[in-house]
Amino acid sequence: MHTRRELMTCTVRLAGMLAALGLLPGLAHAQAAHYPNAAFDAKSLADAVKALGSAAPVESKDVSISGADIAENGAVVPVGLATTLPNVKSMLLLVEKNPAALSAIFEVNDAIEASFTTRLKMAQSSNVYAVAITADQKAWFAVKEIKVTLGGCG
Amino acid sequence: MPDPMRIRAQATGDRTTVRVLMSHEMESGQRKDAAGKTIAAWFIQEVGVTLNGKPVLRTLWGPSISKNPFLQFVVKGAKPGDRIGVSWVDNRGERRSDEATVT
Repeated sequence: MHTRRELMTCTVRLAGMLAALGLLPGLAHAQAAHYPNAAFDAKSLADAVKALGSAAPVESKDVSISGADIAENGAVVPVGLATTLPNVKSMLLLVEKNPAALSAIFEVNDAIEASFTTRLKMAQSSNVYAVAITADQKAWFAVKEIKVTLGGCG
Repeated sequence: MPDPMRIRAQATGDRTTVRVLMSHEMESGQRKDAAGKTIAAWFIQEVGVTLNGKPVLRTLWGPSISKNPFLQFVVKGAKPGDRIGVSWVDNRGERRSDEATVT
């Protein structure tokens, strides 16, 4: 039979373990855990990919990026990215001429298709990159130029 | 408490297309107010997606995602009736979680 004290220590230990695993949201950090600030501060494609610990990106036709050629409003630019490469670990979306290049990181796993659509803010007409990073830390990219009539940062 | 998200999850065969519309200011940290002072950045940093409580997708965002962010992705192997949960955390530590059923 358990004493009350034993039960209490047991509960505390379990809570500690759950918190360590990130299963108790209330106890987790207020800020997003493991947010890669260096990558999001990077000014270029090469710097952002380097900050995430991958090899220099190589252009690939297995990565695709879709969007309008001309966006009227830079505050809302719909962009889609996808890849057919195997063993993709994550995908990145970058805008070359934004104050900080990296916009988003998507962490891909078996339950998700490596295909996403979102909306971006663009300061000015620029190249937009979709990058796929495979499990062996190689980076592959596709690029598309999107012209912006009205910038979205001002 | 931030406004709820709008989530739609539609199954076609083995693929379930999920569309999420979040309600957030997504302040870039680049704009200046009338007095010329920079307005501090305020944006969603992390979005997590679960299928029946099991994590399937994690995305990290910078401030260059549009105001009231939209996200579309495809989940494999979800069936009608399954639950899709989406939660976000912004750089001020505010969070919001919502759930939808696959149709």
